[in-house]
Amino acid sequence: MNKEKETYSALGEVGGFQQKRTRWDRIRLDLQKAPLTARFGLVVIFAYIIVALFAPFIAPYGEAEVFPIPYAPWSSEFLFGTDQIGRDIFSRLIYGARNTVGIAVATTALAFTIGMILGLAAAISRGWLDQILSRSVDVLMAIPSLIFALVLLSIFGSTVTNLIIIIAVLDSTRVFRLTRAVSINVVVMDYVEAARLRGEGLVWIMRREILPNILPPLIAEFGLRFCFVFLTIAALSFLGVGIQPPTADWGSMVRENASLIQFAQYDLKAGLTPLLPATAIALLTVAVNFVVDWFLHKTSGIRDEQ
Amino acid sequence: MHPVIRTILERIALGVATLFVVSLVIFSAIELLPGDFSQVILGQAATKANMAAIAKELGLDQPPHLRYIKWISGVIQGDLGTSFSGRNASGVDRSRAVVDLIAPRLSNTLFLASMTAIIAVPISLVLGVTSALYRNSIYDRTVNTATLTTISFPEFFVAYILILSLSSLWPIFPSLANVDADTILSERIYKSALPALTLTLVIVAHMMRMTRAAIINLLASPYIQMARLSGASQSEVIIKHALPNAWAPIATVIAFNLAYLVVGVVVVEVVFVYPGVGQLMVDAVSTRDIPVVQGCALIFAITYILLNLIADIIGIVTNPRLLHPK
Repeated sequence: MNKEKETYSALGEVGGFQQKRTRWDRIRLDLQKAPLTARFGLVVIFAYIIVALFAPFIAPYGEAEVFPIPYAPWSSEFLFGTDQIGRDIFSRLIYGARNTVGIAVATTALAFTIGMILGLAAAISRGWLDQILSRSVDVLMAIPSLIFALVLLSIFGSTVTNLIIIIAVLDSTRVFRLTRAVSINVVVMDYVEAARLRGEGLVWIMRREILPNILPPLIAEFGLRFCFVFLTIAALSFLGVGIQPPTADWGSMVRENASLIQFAQYDLKAGLTPLLPATAIALLTVAVNFVVDWFLHKTSGIRDEQ
Repeated sequence: MHPVIRTILERIALGVATLFVVSLVIFSAIELLPGDFSQVILGQAATKANMAAIAKELGLDQPPHLRYIKWISGVIQGDLGTSFSGRNASGVDRSRAVVDLIAPRLSNTLFLASMTAIIAVPISLVLGVTSALYRNSIYDRTVNTATLTTISFPEFFVAYILILSLSSLWPIFPSLANVDADTILSERIYKSALPALTLTLVIVAHMMRMTRAAIINLLASPYIQMARLSGASQSEVIIKHALPNAWAPIATVIAFNLAYLVVGVVVVEVVFVYPGVGQLMVDAVSTRDIPVVQGCALIFAITYILLNLIADIIGIVTNPRLLHPK
């Protein structure tokens, strides 16, 4: 009598044929299937991260290093010339990746922390907490966020900390709405009820039961929010009330060099200079949008109807 | 009462309530000012007595609710207070009423916004509806990728590309839109061409994508399929079956984007030095001229809320289910 035959296990029978894909395998397969636009987006985002991380090693000159020649033309010494007080534009573009993108990422992360915690809390506890939060968000969203940000900046003054906090709070309203909307459907599930009956606390239920189930829409939202925050901060800096000099920042760089555009007829390169930081902003938002578009398409399960 | 009228009245009441709360929020802006603020407006003239005088002038010695009532009754009568600038330094008061600052610029901004809307709305509706009808065709994909790219561009990027090409390299339009009250209409349109074109490019992308999504959503609903199966022709399906239900989403899309225009106008006005409310507001923010900031913010907020209200009302009055109650 063969003892092993008696204890039957399904895994034992099919296990031999099962090819377990590791996480990396799955990511590689997804990437192979990704459309050209998404791949382009990923490459661009990766390049920006590298530039931002290693800015001091890549940039030929310092962030606020001033040279005696203002508005120098493009040359081998100054790749994209110098700005109105003689700072190397190429170096400032590279440092700008660190400052502009870094501040935008910090703001988006803060907005998500606030919005997700409050949204989850509102969805789980309902009642008065939900009412208070939802009504205040309604009011905040009744004012266009750029206008509201301008009002708040005029009161508190334009420092980087104020900028991050103000934009994050204003933007967390959208995150709050989304989190609340998607998690309200999850909160009523039996397994959440079971966790509650087990006596788990609010934080545990948020983190272990609900969060994993609402993650895909939130990740896509993170990309879109990042674009929005990034463009808002760039716009504010361009208007002169965002990131303040001497910090190298793309939005303010466009503003500082804008007058050069008048000379495009005589020297096309000079005319293109103010567009360089603007292109840097546009390229990153396009890249993120392409990736998010692909991600949304993939997670929503919509297939192309041929 | 007819259900349509009741719903509209409810919506208007909600809009008024929102306006009230928004006015409260904008009013409390002055409440949140840091303590050293009178020092900031007075600059070098900041003595103890001057600071107390400023506090008294702003009414900071009175309780907030009384000040709010005073402020809001002023606003309703068209008095937005007095600008901070011109107040400091010598004892001579050269400051101007906020209303006088805003009024001429508001008409400029409204002109630019309506010029943009007249160009942008028809284009984006046509693009949106056609790309929804020919979904997944090459036409649809091209329009889609193009608009996704334009959406990602900051307004000033689009603006400077237009300046570079249409004003600097090939001087067709002026890059400065310095209009004033005496500018005649044809010249005004010519000078505002580039700002309006910038706003159009930005807004068409948004509006077209939203229209497309709304129409696709509608065409996927079972009753449209039913109409198709019953043998109705394509044009019949669209005009007779789809359109009555499409007004509401289309109106929402238009109003939402016109409201977006309110924000976009700020950046574009600064790029083209167009004398509008947005530029005034940005200047006031950098000099921390709170009464002017409050006045501009109030005007932007009112426009925004009104446009959304109008969209809701159009949605209500064109809703077949509400129009023909059981």
